[in-house]
Amino acid sequence: MLRSLLLGALLVTAAGAQETPQAFVGASLYPIAGPPIENGTLVIHDGKIVSVGPAPAVQIPADAVQHDVSGSVLLPGFVDTHSHAGSVEGGDGSGPMHPDARALDSINVRDARIQKAQAGGITTANIMPGSGHLLSGQTLYVKHRDSKVIDDLLIRRPDGSLAYGIKMANGTNSRKDPPFPGSRAKSAAIVRERFLEAAEYRDKVARAAGDADELPPRDLGLETLGEILAGERVVHFHTHRHDDILTVLRLADEFGFKVVLQHVSDGWAVADEIAASAHVLGASLILIDSPGGKLEAKDNQLASGAILEQAGVVTGFHTDDPITDSRLFNRMAALAVRAGMSREGALYGLTMAGARMLGLEDRVGSLEVGKDADLVVLSGDPLSVYAQVLQTWVDGVKVFDRADPQDRLYAEGGFGASHDQGHLLHGIARGEHE
Amino acid sequence: MTRRQRLAALVAGIVSSGAAFGQIAVTGATVHTAAGEPLENAVVVIEDGKISQVGPAGEIEIPDGFRTMSAAVVTPGLIDARSTIGLSGYLNQEHDQDQIEESAPIQPELRAIDAYNPREALVEWVRGYGVTTVHTGHAPRSLVSGQTAVVKTHGLTMEEAVVKPLAMIAATVGDGARERGNKAPGTRAKMAAMLRAELIKAREYLDGRSAEDEDERPDRDLRLEALGEVFEGNVPLLVTAQRTQDILTVLRIRDEFDIPVVLDGVAEAYDVLDQIRDSGVSVIVHPTMMRAQGETENLSFETAARLRDAGIPVALQGGYEPYVPKSRLVLFEAGVAAAHGLGFDDALRSITISAARVLGVDDRIGSIEVGKDGDIALYDGDPFEYSTHCVAVIIQGEVVSEELR
Repeated sequence: MLRSLLLGALLVTAAGAQETPQAFVGASLYPIAGPPIENGTLVIHDGKIVSVGPAPAVQIPADAVQHDVSGSVLLPGFVDTHSHAGSVEGGDGSGPMHPDARALDSINVRDARIQKAQAGGITTANIMPGSGHLLSGQTLYVKHRDSKVIDDLLIRRPDGSLAYGIKMANGTNSRKDPPFPGSRAKSAAIVRERFLEAAEYRDKVARAAGDADELPPRDLGLETLGEILAGERVVHFHTHRHDDILTVLRLADEFGFKVVLQHVSDGWAVADEIAASAHVLGASLILIDSPGGKLEAKDNQLASGAILEQAGVVTGFHTDDPITDSRLFNRMAALAVRAGMSREGALYGLTMAGARMLGLEDRVGSLEVGKDADLVVLSGDPLSVYAQVLQTWVDGVKVFDRADPQDRLYAEGGFGASHDQGHLLHGIARGEHE
Repeated sequence: MTRRQRLAALVAGIVSSGAAFGQIAVTGATVHTAAGEPLENAVVVIEDGKISQVGPAGEIEIPDGFRTMSAAVVTPGLIDARSTIGLSGYLNQEHDQDQIEESAPIQPELRAIDAYNPREALVEWVRGYGVTTVHTGHAPRSLVSGQTAVVKTHGLTMEEAVVKPLAMIAATVGDGARERGNKAPGTRAKMAAMLRAELIKAREYLDGRSAEDEDERPDRDLRLEALGEVFEGNVPLLVTAQRTQDILTVLRIRDEFDIPVVLDGVAEAYDVLDQIRDSGVSVIVHPTMMRAQGETENLSFETAARLRDAGIPVALQGGYEPYVPKSRLVLFEAGVAAAHGLGFDDALRSITISAARVLGVDDRIGSIEVGKDGDIALYDGDPFEYSTHCVAVIIQGEVVSEELR
């Protein structure tokens, strides 16, 4: 939204949140943390949720701006565990593993696909480099705030460090000519060697106990792998085929790393094994309109959601933007319901499941007091083809409003809808978009 | 009746072929006929593979021995107005990709019927969602890529499946037709020049072949013969064009040669609605959920609605996909179009009767009317809703799918 874009540019504060409390009244609330609330009231302030509940039970502050959203449905902003918005890049063709390459250094924040994600109600995303490497680089967890520079999108952990994960892949995408592996066994062997090297590096650093003479030369990649070994960084593992999924579980067992299974086309075939793994934070599905397109996805099926849910796996979804459209993220969950997943599980999959997989469950994914004011307002049932995203709020700031013509352009498409936002900013400078 | 069914019938000792197959009565709480207002609590009777009665449940007498089925919502079998399935297979390996041949930019002689694989998994896949007819064939992505055909999603051989062996000749104007390196066509202007030159040759060839003196006639030329079909008026040139300038190029060439043209894709149609309407050409709009990138970067979920509002009849398509998903479901594409301005009725028409008209097969399929093929799809709710299921599919009176999809 242009106005909030300008506002964001002017404030340049970390939160950018409005200082006046905002109260949303009249909507059906889907808190995700509990059953839906008919005619609920939600109050946000300073970028956080301050109260949520049935209308009679919520005291609206006297100075609050009221938003009458009667007849609509209000949910926590959606969490996309796997997106390539911003033309993100990781490592190059010089080798199969690039733990030192940061998505942070490559994202084009003016990519219109970020506006389109806002138009789809996505407020938090894991932007990742591709799957053509065993380890293509560090990912970046972002909030889809209106932004001019990458710093505007970042999420900081309680200790001030950046929130991100690591992208790995197995199967066929990372199999190619040397220096890449030529087989599945070689893929696993290269990964194991590098992690053993990282463990030795970590031990050397520990033994040096700060003595500069004893410290090994600093190695950015091994440092990052050390964070994985320490459980401080989650591995987002692109994996499709049933045996490749089990290889991921085996590697996670050996090195003790936390892993999110990404795509998991054959997850339905090994659901119990996934559920039994202590290292899996969750499975994030992409459901496609027909199986195939690549050999690994030939058994991809909509029933994966139901089968993994029933096995007790934390099950979520991702857009893999641009593979599927961020504006239709809710469709993924609805297709899972079509094939037997529970409505509750599917809505959880759009929100809390993703939050848990990104380690952000204390901040996003549900409408609970104290959590970030990340909201999506829909015109109706969130699992209906006819539902439209009316508004999207991030950290208490409205970033998408269907009533705004420019936002509507992003939502529906049309001339200029895919142009970089820079195009738009130039227009603002010329006063064309007032 | 397919060969397999004939065999089965023989094994079962059934002598009369008519009695065993194609005799079925379907009751729908709502029947969308695509030929008028929806009917509540209505029955469709299919006899010998053709629709023989349609009307309110109380007024229809179901003949003895007919199988009966029922569903919340009944529609005509769906039509995907532009696809490549059967030529493109779901594995996406070299051996199952016959939708494009890259040795030359102009190959109208390539017949879809010589490549269509009726047992391709994607054919069964789309059928399970209610698609009973597909206009499939050569893909966009080269100037003239080859022929298309209309097939039913049933039958073990092309001969059993085919409705129209030569439906259209597929061409592309725009980035999709651009050849790499120093090969032609490398630019839009070159594409138009080459297409015009080829059409001139085809017209001259046709004239030459009709010369009274046999010795004067040119030798048979499959390529020019195929393009010549366009001049005969029976086979439209199906031209994929996404940008406004490409759409107008197509209309310009159509005017120059006075040939039948069907526009395909038209991502930026909203900027040239008057020109499209005034030309009278039919339009098969890109899949609603097609990716907005490259020459389709300006596409809109609302394009089908905008065309409809301008008085231009639209058909929708599953299209061609080079990657994942390997085929889109026209049902889903129509659903998103319905939700983005097209509305239920016109969205359904875009994948039934309007599609049949664009393909020139509306005398046989596309609506639930007496005399038409018994192609029916059954749903447990609004067919466009994400969580609704297709519960059964009937082609020419034969139940070809009963799997909940």
